[in-house]
Order: sequence, then C-alpha cells, then structure tokens
Amino acid sequence: MSITVKNLGHTYHPGTPLETRSLQNISFDFPRGTWLSVAGHTGSGKSTLAQHLNGIILPMEGTVTVDGMALKEKTPDLREIRRRVGLVFQYPEQQLFAETVYEEIAFAPQNWGTPGDEIPGRVAAAAAAAGLDESLMGRSPFQLSGGEKRKTAIASVLSSKPDYLVLDEPTAGLDSFSRRELTELLSRLKKAGMGILLITHDLDIALSMSDEILVLDGGRQAVLGSPGEVLAHLGAKPVPGLRLPDIPALSLLLRQRGRDVPISWDWREIKKALLRSAK
Amino acid sequence: MKFFNNLTFGQYVPSESPVHSLDPRCKIAAVLVILTGIFMAKHPAVFIAWGILLAGLTLGARLPFSLVLRSAKPVLILALITASIHIFFTKGNPLVSLGFITITSEGLFLAVNMGFRLIFLVLFASFLTLTTRPMELADGLERLFSPFARFGFPAHELAMMMTIALRFIPTLLEETDRIMKAQLARGASFDRGGLWKRLKAFIPVLIPLFVIVFQRAEDLAIAMEARNYRGGRGRTRMTPLRWKAADTAVLILVPAAIFLLVYADRSLS
Amino acid sequence: MSRKTVCELRDLTYVYPGEAAGDRDHCRPALRGVSLSISEGEWVALLGANGSGKSTLAKHLNALLVPTQGDCVVYGLNTRDGENAYQIRSTVAMVFQNPENQIVGTVVEEDTAFGPENLGLPSGEIARRVDQALCDAGLAEKRGKPTYTLSGGEKQRLAVAGALAMNTPCLVLDEPTAMLDPEGRSELLDVLGRLHETGKTIVYITHRLEEIAGCDRALILHEGRIVWDGSVPDLFLSDLPFKEWGIDVPPLFSLWRDLKSESRPVPPIPTVAAMADALCR
Repeated sequence: MSITVKNLGHTYHPGTPLETRSLQNISFDFPRGTWLSVAGHTGSGKSTLAQHLNGIILPMEGTVTVDGMALKEKTPDLREIRRRVGLVFQYPEQQLFAETVYEEIAFAPQNWGTPGDEIPGRVAAAAAAAGLDESLMGRSPFQLSGGEKRKTAIASVLSSKPDYLVLDEPTAGLDSFSRRELTELLSRLKKAGMGILLITHDLDIALSMSDEILVLDGGRQAVLGSPGEVLAHLGAKPVPGLRLPDIPALSLLLRQRGRDVPISWDWREIKKALLRSAK
Repeated sequence: MKFFNNLTFGQYVPSESPVHSLDPRCKIAAVLVILTGIFMAKHPAVFIAWGILLAGLTLGARLPFSLVLRSAKPVLILALITASIHIFFTKGNPLVSLGFITITSEGLFLAVNMGFRLIFLVLFASFLTLTTRPMELADGLERLFSPFARFGFPAHELAMMMTIALRFIPTLLEETDRIMKAQLARGASFDRGGLWKRLKAFIPVLIPLFVIVFQRAEDLAIAMEARNYRGGRGRTRMTPLRWKAADTAVLILVPAAIFLLVYADRSLS
Repeated sequence: MSRKTVCELRDLTYVYPGEAAGDRDHCRPALRGVSLSISEGEWVALLGANGSGKSTLAKHLNALLVPTQGDCVVYGLNTRDGENAYQIRSTVAMVFQNPENQIVGTVVEEDTAFGPENLGLPSGEIARRVDQALCDAGLAEKRGKPTYTLSGGEKQRLAVAGALAMNTPCLVLDEPTAMLDPEGRSELLDVLGRLHETGKTIVYITHRLEEIAGCDRALILHEGRIVWDGSVPDLFLSDLPFKEWGIDVPPLFSLWRDLKSESRPVPPIPTVAAMADALCR
C-alpha cells in the first residue's frame, strides 16, 4: 500500500504569458509506515507536489496512484483518496472556523459521512493523538494559544483517519519545544503505520527523521535517497536556495580541509570523531 | 491558484506609453466624460465609432487588444442575458416569428444597444485601471476630491483605503485559494447541492478569511503608526502629480470628440 | 569614549489591559521591573522564550506601548507623554514579525516611500532616501515590482528598507525571522550586519541563539524579567541555564561547548566558518 508518483509534470497558467513549469518528471514511491521528506527552495514545486497527492491538483503529465487508485479527471475514487491522504497546509491554524474545538475536529468525519455515533470517538482519538487536552474541547478555537491552535488544526485532519499525512512546513513559526513535540507526534503516527510526507525547506528535521528524502530544484528531481545519500550528494552538488544546516555544513567543511569526520547531521558523531583523532 | 487563474480585473499593466504617462486626474475626468457619452448612445451604428475610439486608445497605450478585450469577460454573460431579454420581450414591429416568440426590430435595436453599452462601459472603465498605477489612481482621486475635504469629505482616507485594498487583493485571493483547498482536504464540497447548501459550504472559508483580515488590519495599523502615519495632514509624495500640456490637450479633445459623437448619434436616430 | 544613550528603561512594569482581571491564567505582568540602557551603535540581541516579554519590551521602545509602572525614555523623551510619540518614532523605527502585514504599498518603491511621505519631506529628498534604503536592503533591482510578488524574506527586507528610509538612528526588529526560511533569515542577517557596521543601533529580538553571532550584547528575558545581560562572547562562555529559560540550544553550540570542555581549540563564538578555522589550524 503506497502512493506512487510517476513522471509527474505540471505547468501553471499554460498558454499565457505567465506560464511556468512548476514540476518536471517527478517519480517516487511512498509506502505507508515510512517518512518521506520533500525538500527544496521556495518555489521549487514542493507545495504543488503536495496538492497532487490528494487530488486537489490533478496530474497534467504522468500519474499519481494512491493504494492502487489512479488520480484522474472524474475518477469515482477522488473522495476516498482525499480521505486517505490527509493534507495539512502551512500555518494550518488559519483554516479554523468552528465554534468549538470539538466541532472543528468533527468537521472532517462529518463531511466523509462517518456515522454519528462514531464521531465522538474519532474526535477524542484525533485530539489525543495531536496532544490536545480534553479540557479544550468546548473552547472556541480562536481563544487558544498559537501552539494549541496548530494542534487543533492537525487534529482536524487526523480525525479523517487518513493512511497518509502530507504536511507542508508544519513547524513554520514554532519554537523549538513545540517543534520537538510535533516531530515526536509524527514519529508516533509513523510507527502506528501512517505514511508521513513532510514538505520543508529546513533540512534539520528532514535529515534526522526521514527514511527517504526527495530534493527538488526548480521543479526537477535533484536527488532521492536516504538522508546519508542525500547529504553526500548535496555536499558534492549543492542545490541553490537550499541551505545545509550548521552541523552537516561543518562536517563537509572539515572534510574538505582533510579532517577525518563523517558527513553527518548528528553533532555527537562529529564530536566523537574529532575527539578520537590525535591533536 | 486553481480557482483564480484567469482574472485580469483590469489590473495595471506597466508600459511606456503616452496614455500611461497622462496625469491620473486627466484620465479619470476623460473616462467619466466617455462613460457619460456611452450612456447617451442611441443608434447602434455609433458603437462602431466607440470601437474605433477604443482601438485607438489601445494602440496609444501600447497594450495588446486581447488583454483589453479580456476585461469584458466578467460581464459578457450579463450582456448576453440583457440582450436576450430585450430581443425576446420587446413589443413592436415584428421581424421574425418563431411560434410564440416574436423578435421585433425594436427588440433587436435595444438588444444591440444595451448589450454593447454594457460591454463598452466596462471596457473603457477598465482601461483606466489598466493604464494607471493603483497608487496613482488613488492620488488622482484624492487630489480631485481634496477641495471637498474642507467640508469633511474624507478624500485622503478613501484614497488610502483604496490603495491598501488594491495592495492586498492578490494576497487575499491566494489566501482564499489556500483556505478553500484546506477545507477540500477535510472533505468539504463547494460544488454540491442546492444554492443554500453551497452558500453554507463557504462559511468555513469566509470565517477564517475574516479572522485573517481583522488581524491584518490591526497589524497594519500598528506598522503604519510606527512609520509615523497620521492621516493626510502634511503628507507629501515621492512622485507628486504634475499636470502637463498633454493633459490639457486630452481634456479639450476628448470632450470635443464625445460631443461630436453624441451629436452625430442624435442626428442619425 | 562615552556613547549617547539611545533608550533607557527604568524599573519598567507592564500589564496588558484585560489581563489584570486575570483571564486566561495570565494575571502576571508581561514585564516586571525591567531596567536597562542601550547605547548608540550597539547591536543588542533580546533573547527569550515565547511569552517571556520580549515583544512587549520592543513595543515600548517606539512608544507603541506605555509602561504601567516605571519609565521608558528614548533619546531623552519620555514615552508617557503622548506628544513625544511622533518624535520618538522619528528616532526609533520598527520591523515586525509578519512580513505580509507591514507592507502598505502596491509597488516596492512606493512602500519604501510611505514613511518619508508621512514625515512631509520634499519629493526629491524622499526619492534619495528610497534609493539608499532599497540599496542597503539589497532590493534595488526589485524597485518597480509589485509587492505581492516578493518572497517572505524579500518582504521582510522591504520592511527594513521602509524603516531605513525614516533615517532613524535606531532600528528595532521584533522576531523578524520567525516566519522566514533559512535563506531569507541569512539574507536579513547579512543586511543587518552591514547596517551595524555603519553605526546603526539595532535591537534584535529572537528566540534563536544561532542568530546572535554578529551582535555585541545579549539580554535574556524570562517571565518578564531580565535574567542576564552581557556581551555575546560572555554569553557563550558562561554556563547559562538556557533550557530553564526556554531557549533552545542549537546543535552547533552543543558541539562547541563539549569540545571546549575537552580543551579542544574553539573560536570565541560558535559559527560554522569560525569552528572550521579553529579546528583545522
């Protein structure tokens, strides 16, 4: 069970002076229970790619298949696909509208036609998964703190019981504590069998949490592989607009100057290597 | 931007043309005269003359014809509906009869008249916004109405409101698009059900938009205060409006041309 | 060499209206007895977790907020006197967190001109200032572009340009990088670095330790109080309870600290370039 993308291409405003090729020849396989990060500079096509995965944008070129169901015009599977592939946009707290947190989280299952008696259970489960305290259920979402709002927004997508979760820059604007909470949440979801696809321009999280990383450069696939492979590739062929985090950048710099350190994003590995080598 | 791909809304298109460099006050006044002229159009043939005028202006503004004509897209359907109503429901000298539908010559006359009138109104009005920077337009309106500020008319405030609204339209469209997609991802449907259901479906889009807009208003007000904004009192401009000879020329020629057109129109009718 | 005092906070306490009534468990003041003074030419970093009061403090510096108790004096003018606000804002310009909600103009150079236009300056002077400001902010080639086409980082630099065009000796930035990607963050810090070299006083608010490398001085706020005030090198040398104060310790700093404790050669401030130099000598 996976999402398979083959030779995906997309053009904005075709046939007008504003025509831009946003995606070209993207291919990858994204199985359930794995964590795939999609990294690239702003405008590299990451968000466009994300919107293909649940059919908000239909493929112009190539194919997108979710659990064997192909995404195409007028497919009867569209609603099922959309339920299975949850999509959390950047700054998701901007989509809150309901009178209570409960109603906000119940919105999705209601739309999908979940039987009424199952909904309270769904809401409770989603809220718990997102780390929301039960006492907040009756509050207005607009009265919550920034972090709580974001958890509510994520819970409101989790209540669909998706099999895949696509998140566009979910840690944007969060402080380090909230960021850690969020990555731990995603890790738990992955272990429970959900496929996690994280869109980011911040390689820190991508390198430390992903099973695989897809790097986009101007709509094209620059590299697809394990964090180690991707880091090695980026070290040799940097992608414009995508900065390496400090530790990997340092490890590459040290290696360039002849020090024997691994290419790594883990500062403890660098420390070990440096302490090991003779003065 | 799936939902808002093809809007021009007469948005400003930069170009180095004599029309672009006219004073906005002149352009506003000229367009008002033209619009008045169109309102007085009686004979269908006069629309040919209006078409020639529009073509001339388009050339003078160095804009592609397709761009200018596209501004009429939003009203095309309305114009067709108006025309149809006039064609089928006007009583008079019958031309053609199809069962119980009678098309009269008066009906045809009115249909052409009303239809073209609407289209030309929109085309000339959007011509103004196509060739004038929004800030210039606001400046022009502010200067034109500033004599009335003495009597309490909020000329500057209205101009500022207009500029800020224009500045944020593309942003708001993007945000609306994003919120709609977010709700779609949660199973919402915008194209199902009757009118009432469809309107209700927009509540999860409108409420978040309102929240964004109100927060934005607050933030923007603070930012403007921090930049010492205190209303129009004592404000100057980086590029103040300068009335040139060309502007006077236009303000003499355009009303003269319109006067002749309307006169010819009346003689023909 | 005595430098002019730009602003002075004397035992400043601030309670948000509505919170004195004790709603949302926040009946404690946002700022408690804060005293500090900032001199001309300093680049001061103001660190703290969310809710530590740093934004609140920033807003006092240009009289957007007035102290509940205590005083805030900017270039000799007390913020309590409403008449001073205009003058104070001609000496302290501010850039806010949300890049989108600060831009007023439809076109880049129009937005930068907004501030000087408010000051009633002649158009030639305004044009000069806009030119200089856009140049300093690295946006000169974008001057005719519509503002909505700019990236987040560019919008933030546009906000800086707008502040620069006010020709204020002091610039306060309230978490300007919070909503930016790494590229935008680094471009903004570059611009600030250049401004610092020209002698501008900069107050820079952030919760990210890795952004303060170029600053002279750092202040740490915790629960409305200043818990540390010193030079940036001293901040790295002292064993401070960052975790307790809700400030994240970036991995590079952890590495630097551990290597230092093992007596390995490390630079005074942990940056990638400096570390590589020190370790490869």
